[in-house]
Amino acid sequence: MEKELRLMKGNEAVAEAAIRAGVDGYFGYPITPQTEIIEYLMEANPSQTTGMVVLQAESEIAAINMVYGGAACGKKVMTSSSSPGISLKQEGITYIAGAELPCLIVNVVRGGPGLGTIQPAQSDYFQSVKGGGHGDYHLIVLAPASVQEMADFVDLGFELAFKYRNPVLMLSDGAIGQMMEKVYLSPQKERSKVFPDWATTGKPATRERNIITSLDLDPNGQELFNRKLVAKYDKIREKEVRYEEFQCEDAEYLLVAYGTSARVCQKSVQLAREQGIRVGLLRPITLFPFPTKRINELADRVKGILSVEMSAGQMVEDVLLAANGKVPVWHFGRMGGIVTTPEEVIENLKSKIIGG
Amino acid sequence: MTEEIIIAGFGGQGVLSMGKIMAYSGVMQDMEVSWMPSYGPEMRGGTANVIVIISSERISSPIIKRFDTAIILNQQSLDKFESSIKPGGVLIYDSNGITRHPERKDITIYSVDATEEASRMNSPKTFNMIVLGGFLKVKPIVKLDNVIKGLKKSLPERYHNLIPMNENALTRGMEIITEVQKAK
Amino acid sequence: MAEATGIKEIIKPENLVYKKTKLMTDNTLSYCPGCGHGTAHRILAEVIDEEGLQSQTIGVSPVGCSVLMYNYLDVDMQEAAHGRAPAVATAIKRLLPDKFVFTYQGDGDLAAIGTSETIHACNRGENILIIFINNGIYGMTGGQMAPTTLEGMKTSTSPYGRDVKTMGNPLKMTDIVATLPGTYYVTRQSVHTPANVRKTKKAIRKAVQYQKLDKGTCFVEIVSNCPSGWKMTPVQSNKWMEENMFPFYPLGDMKTPEE
Repeated sequence: MEKELRLMKGNEAVAEAAIRAGVDGYFGYPITPQTEIIEYLMEANPSQTTGMVVLQAESEIAAINMVYGGAACGKKVMTSSSSPGISLKQEGITYIAGAELPCLIVNVVRGGPGLGTIQPAQSDYFQSVKGGGHGDYHLIVLAPASVQEMADFVDLGFELAFKYRNPVLMLSDGAIGQMMEKVYLSPQKERSKVFPDWATTGKPATRERNIITSLDLDPNGQELFNRKLVAKYDKIREKEVRYEEFQCEDAEYLLVAYGTSARVCQKSVQLAREQGIRVGLLRPITLFPFPTKRINELADRVKGILSVEMSAGQMVEDVLLAANGKVPVWHFGRMGGIVTTPEEVIENLKSKIIGG
Repeated sequence: MTEEIIIAGFGGQGVLSMGKIMAYSGVMQDMEVSWMPSYGPEMRGGTANVIVIISSERISSPIIKRFDTAIILNQQSLDKFESSIKPGGVLIYDSNGITRHPERKDITIYSVDATEEASRMNSPKTFNMIVLGGFLKVKPIVKLDNVIKGLKKSLPERYHNLIPMNENALTRGMEIITEVQKAK
Repeated sequence: MAEATGIKEIIKPENLVYKKTKLMTDNTLSYCPGCGHGTAHRILAEVIDEEGLQSQTIGVSPVGCSVLMYNYLDVDMQEAAHGRAPAVATAIKRLLPDKFVFTYQGDGDLAAIGTSETIHACNRGENILIIFINNGIYGMTGGQMAPTTLEGMKTSTSPYGRDVKTMGNPLKMTDIVATLPGTYYVTRQSVHTPANVRKTKKAIRKAVQYQKLDKGTCFVEIVSNCPSGWKMTPVQSNKWMEENMFPFYPLGDMKTPEE
């Protein structure tokens, strides 16, 4: 079937893509700048078409625990929020990681800390890829840079979530959530009627009871489980790294940026090349797993790397690890909901790397 | 071809929907588009603005600070965005309520008295379509029939009976827009 | 020997009047001697078994003494984060509406950290059974004050007795949820005598029936003892419960369907 062309906000695209992906349940709570997701779903009322459950929970905490309950039944379930709401969800997220449940969590990031601002930011990188909740765990983190990717990563997110029995986080931001672009939507998929064998769906006489828990009071048992998780994360690091390169072939200088910053940096690359500076852009699509190996390879060929993100400098730590001292690595970013301009990126490239 | 536009005015003037129709028209013409609004409390009763980019190529940054065209519908927006127009660029404004007129000499300036015209036509809601008509006269980047298609796409079906009225307003805008100053 | 013959006589199948419930596993219970949890588990397992619901049941265990409940009941179970069981159960029931879904929660879980989830699940009238074990204390962490701890009652975090001026009043969650239109059947029972066990079992059976009929939230509080936390023998604790808990938390139905 052919894909349908629409002009949509990123938030609307996530919602429509969720219906079309055959998602079984969405549980959410309003917060700017992502409220369009639950509004769109309520308006579309998919319970009447696909049978998808859409529920406005009493809190972010309740919403993520509803995701836990639904995911433990083997269903495709998701939630969405923005930064302060994602902080509230962290308890549920670590339980989901600990119980190895597949689900999709969308974070349309706004500036923080605290109530911060409602304008776009990328200051939740650490929270997303380094932990967030307690315990040794990782989310698979997908970073869309367009409305199209916000739609596409719903399907991709669930595919990875079920493949690895691991929660997937779509790390978007207020700019991509709020802007409209062309988007090609996939045809309607049917909701799955088969459940994974680990799901709690009622114990028939033919199998042992299924238990979904993240608890093991025996340290030896818990360490064994931790080792199992480590092995899973290593496999994800090996198999699931995704990134996009933009004019890196002959680049003397490399920008590394994801999401909205990557869009800005694409323009910076064009402008810099008009000035005769050979700049390339590497855009990580997965933030966990991070394209460490590729950045390390590129570090052999470039004179310096500028990590650009709308934060005080978070992803730059992973870029530094990847470059492993081969070339200078600097950070540039605006904060507080201010989106970096392409010109600022070039100025900083010149002052920090080229002239530095 | 890439046209980078900012539309700015009061919330309620139809700033965002004008941008949306522009973007839809671009889609109908098989071009790449992006529509990036200001959002949040500032929308409610305060100023509203939207950046629309229409391009024959993949669009890089949807958020930019320099524009080919600025469509300005109140004084605050003129004060805020006059300096953001690229040299040689275009400023379109409605002089209604403007106390300090644009001062730059290196841009081409047009005025479209859409507020007045809309009240003369007895249809204040088509104000933004008059402005859009003016823009299309100056920058015919999308064909009129694609704009009508865009209108149909962005308006809910129940309002499709209003399309002839909007079409009329577009035409009127094209007629009344006047050049105030040519870029030096 | 006469005695041995007696036992042989007793264990003859035709003389069997009481046996281990099929839906209880062989795992050793982690509960203290004399604790009411074991009895509460057992009658829930009996009802599920007698109603033929094993293959239809999904249970949610809390954080608290009964955190390991999933080890004891032979049904599919999920272990929820502290207080979140009603939210977890909400999603299970919404996504699998034909299944029998219950939560089993203590007073810290349900009436302190999970107050919001409890009230809102009840207020939405989620078609689930909530079993609320109220023993007026935090058992698992070793006897701290709970929201339901009685005035003047000594615990490790109210060592001089609960001073309601600084520590708040004991919370009657069951009375609160009974006022919500979403709840269908709300009752307070106990399991400390055979007669009370029978009443509680009857209440759980009713709740199972109502869930089949899609009636809304059923809420069964079981006022229970905590010999370890209360620092009493099991017999003392039951007596103390009757004399102190029941006057404040009187047994009986609080909301019954109009039939």
